[in-house]
Amino acid sequence: MPRTLFDKIWDAHVVDRLEDGTCVLYIDRHLVHEVTSPQAFEGLRMAGRKVRRVENTIAVVDHNVPTSAERLTEVNEPESALQIATLEQNVKDFGVTYFPMSDVRQGIVHVIGPEQGISLPGMTIVCGDSHTSTHGAMGALAFGIGTSEVEHVLATQTLLQKPAKNMLIRVDGKLPEGCSGKDIMLAVIGKIGTGGGTGYVMEFAGEAIRALDMAGRLSMCNMSIEGGARAGLVAPDEVTFEYIKGRPFAPKGADFDAAVAYWKTLPSDEGAHYDKIVELRAEDIIPQVTWGTSPETVIPVTGSVPNPADEPDAAKRAQMERMLSYMGLEAGQKIQGTKIDVVFIGSCTNSRIEDLRSAAAVAKGRKVAQGVRVLVVPGSGLVKQQAEEEGLAKIFTEAGFEWREAGCSMCLGMNPDKLTPGQRCASTSNRNFEGRQGPGGRTHLLSPAMAAAAAVTGVITDVRELI
Amino acid sequence: MDKFTTLTAIAAPLNIDNIDTDKIIPARFLKTIKRTGLGKSVFADMRYNADGSDKADFVLNQEPYRKAQILVAGDNFGCGSSREHAPWALLDFGIRCIIAPSFADIFFNNSFKNGILPIALPEEICAKLREDAAMGGNARLTVDLERQMVVRPNGEEIPFQVDPFRKHCLLGGLDDIGLTLEHAAAIDSYESKIPAWTPKIQGA
Ligand code: SF4
Repeated sequence: MPRTLFDKIWDAHVVDRLEDGTCVLYIDRHLVHEVTSPQAFEGLRMAGRKVRRVENTIAVVDHNVPTSAERLTEVNEPESALQIATLEQNVKDFGVTYFPMSDVRQGIVHVIGPEQGISLPGMTIVCGDSHTSTHGAMGALAFGIGTSEVEHVLATQTLLQKPAKNMLIRVDGKLPEGCSGKDIMLAVIGKIGTGGGTGYVMEFAGEAIRALDMAGRLSMCNMSIEGGARAGLVAPDEVTFEYIKGRPFAPKGADFDAAVAYWKTLPSDEGAHYDKIVELRAEDIIPQVTWGTSPETVIPVTGSVPNPADEPDAAKRAQMERMLSYMGLEAGQKIQGTKIDVVFIGSCTNSRIEDLRSAAAVAKGRKVAQGVRVLVVPGSGLVKQQAEEEGLAKIFTEAGFEWREAGCSMCLGMNPDKLTPGQRCASTSNRNFEGRQGPGGRTHLLSPAMAAAAAVTGVITDVRELI
Repeated sequence: MDKFTTLTAIAAPLNIDNIDTDKIIPARFLKTIKRTGLGKSVFADMRYNADGSDKADFVLNQEPYRKAQILVAGDNFGCGSSREHAPWALLDFGIRCIIAPSFADIFFNNSFKNGILPIALPEEICAKLREDAAMGGNARLTVDLERQMVVRPNGEEIPFQVDPFRKHCLLGGLDDIGLTLEHAAAIDSYESKIPAWTPKIQGA
């Protein structure tokens, strides 16, 4: 029977099957960070268990590290410092490889996995973080788990899982200039809604996906979770293999060739069954921006904020009204021209070198608008280094943007980079929930190029007018 | 993990769709290294004013819902992050069962691991249960996991679906890790067949 990419990876990892169809699924890569792991290690300790396979496990700090230049010497918030210290003790006690803040390889867990060649095609990859879906862009089955499951993987190197259903998102055509993988994904979420992918693994295919670089594919898979899917997938191809070749933890020499030969067997077979198919035309996509407090509240930058009065369902109408009042927007207003206070370029969605290049292309030779604060936060120490070598950092600092150290930063209000109540932010991150970037903060999700356009104009702007 | 067998309790109606994990437990409360103690922060931004006082209109601040053990919620409950702090916070408050038209996957999973039973029922039924819940202290819902029934205050029984394995674990309060380790031989044998080209994460 023809199988999908998901089916193939799944089948290759079933260790055992229980009566009711639940599978004991083998996990190839387990990424660990400071926020969702302390209770898991504590559980191991209490039960007298070890980490079963340290060679499948990697730990890093990202969520609550400061991103200031002085972060190695300055005093962190005491609770954050405790979580970091706890992780450091745990990796030492259990013998897990770890990238501390002082290591140039440190960064957001979903940036460093692919960057280091740790996340590879055909693998099962988990992490106590919902955006683990990101790694699916490598052609791997990658999904987020809770802390109990983190403990379960540490102890057994497996998870108890039932297979998901297959969804195909096909995007054909050519993506217009000024648009990126982020815009495609926001359009997808706008179309299917935040619950549209629940119970599915989303495979992205079609001409426009094949044409994306790895960064674009990673940002799309990153936000599969915002579409309700637990995982996103892109079939591995030459772009993938080229990206992996030579990365520190990737197979080398003859091993690489053997790996590629296997990876080439992974793409979905002709005629494989999908339970749901969604189709989009790339040339219809216009730079996207969210207006509300759910990622599905997407409109093209040329559009207007919807009017709750047009919504027949009372509960939905009330929800829209609540969103508008939280966001400080008027029904029917044009989204373009909305004044912003802060711009955040970063997060596991959009902090890779390609993202920074596209932001820098807009920022080049321009200056930050008056009264706007702009944070540019590379996804890893290595991205930071590369951006400095390529002269991107100089473009940002000359434009008056802050150039910071790697971490999750303002993607979530857990570290010193936060919005204050009422502040409006143009953000390249993935969630616009109430209070996500700091209590009372207002988030508009958009692409790195759109964020840079907002930074230099001080308002939400159609980046196509600046390129 | 505490067993879940039959629960008769006050149910709180929370008719909002897409309650995300940032609403259930905002990020600033995730900096704990323990599983307990989060109950006072559950729904913090919906529950407290900026000065820390209670928001009177939030259901869990009202009697008798301060003692609610069941939540009847809206669609797509628990969407957002994977944080298990969400079920930990609900559990620490006293919630043992959540009924909603649908749940986000990771939250749904995490609930079972902590002895919380999430039940998905069609919106029309959830609407009826929310009406029951709105009757306050005079009404109790019963959730009978063994028989897979929700019993309304008027005695009407509503059947629900639950995965047999998860039901078994909840009824017995069983730890997944112990159960999985019964498959240790199969795991060993799987590991012995991992292709030789697979890199190891070692020697940083
Ligand atoms: S960057 Fe944001 S979404 Fe990504 S892992 Fe960090 S906190 Fe989560």
